[in-house]
Amino acid sequence: MDAVQMVGITKQFGPLTANNKVDFELKKGEVHALLGENGAGKTTLMRILYGLYKPDFGEIRVNGKPVQINSPKDAIDNGIGMVSQHFTLVLPLTVAENVVLGFNPGMTLDPKQVNKTVEEAAKKFGIDVHPTALVRHLSVGERQRVEILKALYRNISVLILDEPTAVLVPQEVDMLFATLNRLRESGLSVIFISHKLYEVMTISDRITVLRDGKCIGTVNKKDTNERALARMMVGRDTFGVQRDSEPCSGKPLLKVQNISAMDKKGLLALKDVSLEVCEGEILGVAGVSGNGQAELASVLSGTLKPESGKVMLGDLEITHLDPASISKAGVGRIPEDRHAGVVGEMTVAENLALERLDDFLKNGMLDRKKIKDHAEAMIKEYQIKATPSIQTRKLSGGNMQKVILARALFTQPHMIIASQPTRGLDIGATEYVRHKLIEQRERGAAVLLISEDLEEVRSLSDRIAVIYEGRIVGILPCSDATEELLGLLMSGAREMANEA
Amino acid sequence: MELLFFIENLLAATLRVATPLMFGTMGELFAERSGVLNLGIEGTMFMGAFVGFTVASMTGSLWLGVLAALLAGALAGLLMGFFAVKLGVNQHVSGLGITLLLTSLSLFLFRVIFGENQLPPKIEPFPQLTILQGVPFLGDILSQYALTYIAILLVPVVWYVLYRTNFGLDMRAVGENPEAADAAGVNVYRTRYIALAIGGALMSVGGAFLTLAQLGSFTFGIIAGRGWVCIALIIFANWQPLRVLWGALLFGGFFALQLRLQTTGLKLPYEVFLALPYIVTIIALAITGRKATGPAAVLKPYKRE
Amino acid sequence: MKPNFRIVRSPAPGWFSALIPLLAIVVTFMITSVFIIIAGANPFEAYYYFLISPLTSKVGILEVLVKSTPLLLTGAAVTIAFASGYWNIGAEGQLYAGAVAAAWLGTALIGVPQPVAVLIMLIGGFIAGMLWALVPAILKVKLAVDEVVTTLLMNYVALFFVSALLNGPWRDPVSNWPQSPTILANTMMPKLLPPARLHFGFIIGILAVATVWFILSRTGLGLRMRSVGMGQEAARFMGVKVGRTMFITALISGGIAGLAGVTEVAGIHFHLIDAISPGYGYSGIIAATLGNLNPIGAGAASLFLGLISTGSQAVSRSLGVPSFLGDVVQSTLLLVTLAMFLLRNYTLRRVE
Repeated sequence: MDAVQMVGITKQFGPLTANNKVDFELKKGEVHALLGENGAGKTTLMRILYGLYKPDFGEIRVNGKPVQINSPKDAIDNGIGMVSQHFTLVLPLTVAENVVLGFNPGMTLDPKQVNKTVEEAAKKFGIDVHPTALVRHLSVGERQRVEILKALYRNISVLILDEPTAVLVPQEVDMLFATLNRLRESGLSVIFISHKLYEVMTISDRITVLRDGKCIGTVNKKDTNERALARMMVGRDTFGVQRDSEPCSGKPLLKVQNISAMDKKGLLALKDVSLEVCEGEILGVAGVSGNGQAELASVLSGTLKPESGKVMLGDLEITHLDPASISKAGVGRIPEDRHAGVVGEMTVAENLALERLDDFLKNGMLDRKKIKDHAEAMIKEYQIKATPSIQTRKLSGGNMQKVILARALFTQPHMIIASQPTRGLDIGATEYVRHKLIEQRERGAAVLLISEDLEEVRSLSDRIAVIYEGRIVGILPCSDATEELLGLLMSGAREMANEA
Repeated sequence: MELLFFIENLLAATLRVATPLMFGTMGELFAERSGVLNLGIEGTMFMGAFVGFTVASMTGSLWLGVLAALLAGALAGLLMGFFAVKLGVNQHVSGLGITLLLTSLSLFLFRVIFGENQLPPKIEPFPQLTILQGVPFLGDILSQYALTYIAILLVPVVWYVLYRTNFGLDMRAVGENPEAADAAGVNVYRTRYIALAIGGALMSVGGAFLTLAQLGSFTFGIIAGRGWVCIALIIFANWQPLRVLWGALLFGGFFALQLRLQTTGLKLPYEVFLALPYIVTIIALAITGRKATGPAAVLKPYKRE
Repeated sequence: MKPNFRIVRSPAPGWFSALIPLLAIVVTFMITSVFIIIAGANPFEAYYYFLISPLTSKVGILEVLVKSTPLLLTGAAVTIAFASGYWNIGAEGQLYAGAVAAAWLGTALIGVPQPVAVLIMLIGGFIAGMLWALVPAILKVKLAVDEVVTTLLMNYVALFFVSALLNGPWRDPVSNWPQSPTILANTMMPKLLPPARLHFGFIIGILAVATVWFILSRTGLGLRMRSVGMGQEAARFMGVKVGRTMFITALISGGIAGLAGVTEVAGIHFHLIDAISPGYGYSGIIAATLGNLNPIGAGAASLFLGLISTGSQAVSRSLGVPSFLGDVVQSTLLLVTLAMFLLRNYTLRRVE
């Protein structure tokens, strides 16, 4: 009998069909990977299993019995726990409080007793956490451990992990896999969502592939390999972005010198950061999420004032300039969160015009024809599936990103700052964005690529800088950047003398 | 000796004046710590004053009046919940709408019940409890209404609920990160509804205090913006129960002070003194506002797909 | 095979969205029927007096326009503020500031020809309203202090200020009532259709609505305002100076609300009194919300609220129902409309 069976699951969000008659079974005591590209429907399927979404059609069976799962509480009652990609921890509370939240018997909450209970549970499952620590102070890896303990604490027999390694350095990934193997031996069944082929081949017993909301098939690990899985994921043979040039042949355009900056909480997020980007090169900034990348992008975009240091664009100092001036100085910026980079309720045309609004005004009034013509031109050039008057929030992630690209690139900037440019995009959009960045480099622009996707950084960059806890711990040419070395740098285990 | 008497008198008055502020702000604390800005507070206090007075004058029992106000306030809180939690609409506008509705409805019903031009019946207000009668200095200060003592007791009770019960933990989680709470199995909607109901009940009792204890009658200007002062007070108190007490005492002190300053013959129009607490509130906000960060989920409605 | 219909989350058809305000009115009246019955009257009679009777006579219609005048202004003021994400709840106090300016200028502009005098009154009221909006605006932009509380508190300060003036230096020496001396004849708003009360302020109201519409939909400033209101972070990223835009919006909003004070002093009462505004500032918020932050919609809503206001007096006179019913209807309408706007996000879909 299967631990979990999902039959004929269908879920629609407006016009988008996220899951289309998907069947999925989990055997007891196995690690079953759910594989697919971004937007394939993996997370949706599991959120349905965990009660966060309600399916339009379909049935769920636990241990052979059909069940109704209308909320996370129902899922937990059925022995199903989930650790999401975006941690669901309440930062101002302690580890123990987070673990027992919603699962503490009785009415009262005795801190001493709760701490003791959580400590015992941690020992029992072999998870290394401190019950009294405030979650806000924990590292990403530690937070994930709290999340896993939280799930196990609720006596679950099925654990869903959604892209757990997205936020871990290679060494932490090994630790996670060791823990999973231990738990599997004690009888836990695991569903492991991922889009990373090599990981899936390492840890899982069986693999189910989703594509565009449909289930393509389920295979045993021993009967398949990475190439075959990739073909199932994409429907055709995959490719890699080829790059054939030498590092830094041009002159330095962007010079970041000893920049220090605070994050939103008033803690120092960038510590004495220095780097240079030359014309005609892509400098990739690699690092695990939360090590200062967001603050670096914000300083360079003009939305965060640094505490000290200088940023030069050629001969112009742009350290304290506001976003409008930086844009006018010839910097094209692609923001980390595209939803915070466009005004969703406004039209595509309005979003395209807003950054350089003065060019579209006649005596202070909007030149509506010019705005519309410009939008139509951009839609054509960047193949955006939209009309000028459609609300931007209605666009798919890929098309929204194309609007942002159009806005950033149409003025032919000499400097481009791209922050997580392909995060959450499907394969077609991802290809498009990466080609556009390379195109800009060929054009002679300087490109700073900040990305948490290590593969992306390695395949696109000429040189790679690694950021760890707000400091640049190494800058090296791509040819020297092995995964092992990068992993060590990204986890702070090693530091290199800066290479210009 | 005169000065001592003045201070004694002032401290006693401060506690009295702080009472409705305590109830109101604690009520708003429940709302905001669970993630909802409840701008219906002014209307809820007004309605509490009206309901408390009306029920007390019709039944002859002051405590029944308090109970009625409490229940009405809970309903008002649930109404806010309907808009903020169930519908997820803009909390600024819905809160203001509720204030306008409860205020106009109270005025309307007052006229219907008590008629147009008659003077409304006065009721015998709550007596002050004279605990330490005869003790110099403290005796006067501690002669307070029962409701005032209850207001002060709110501090440890609310603290206990917030930090030593599961409901309090749920509330704090829901106010900071409702997605996390939901994923942990907490019923976000129910928690917010309960918090708003408790909050509304407290606010309403605060209003009832003014008619049932302090005044003994109902006037249209009885609340006069105290609800908004509570909104400011909660920022000033950094959403902590104990600091609510200090804040209420501080502002209560100002209210009390201005009444006394009027009689000292200072050559300023009495309206200046009336306006003083509001101006001081604005200044206090200017000083503390920048560093204040409330519960992270306030103003954001929570919806699961 | 009979097709099934489901309610799905998808934009509603246009015709349905346009009907929602009407639906809201119907639901509101259903709810307020309860209160009318409690007051001992027949709801249908009451609605007749509310909605129909003011429109049955020329006098009635003109009175509706008179009552709408300050609402057109406060509605426009609140609309432009809310559109930019600046929650100006202080229109009431800004109105009083404008009224104070009008009362003062109204006694000082001796010998000035009427068109010029009225213009000076309007400018003075606008500036006064702007000044009253200044402190909360500065606190918001420079110190990130929430403007909801500060603008609200400023309303009370304004009331006390006016009261101090009227009980003190501005007390009318002739009657000894707390009202300011009557303003000069040349500073009064000209009547549009004498002998009816309808005055030039109504034209100002219409112009204000049109101006706000023009700014928001046709100017660069308006686009920036809307971007700040709809997506502050993105607007900042794109280079919009968020603080400065909000500041400008706050001041314009305050100025327009100040104009409402001028129209009431110079067009209706001809002196300043305590009760110059029975909550026009708050009604402006209702109008702006009913209009869904569209200036034209807010203007239409203002006219409707003026109708209710006129009607509530008729209801009170004829049926003995307390005139507070008008306020009850207005606030219920606000809440019902808020709720019903959500229906725009759902539509019926055929499902096999």
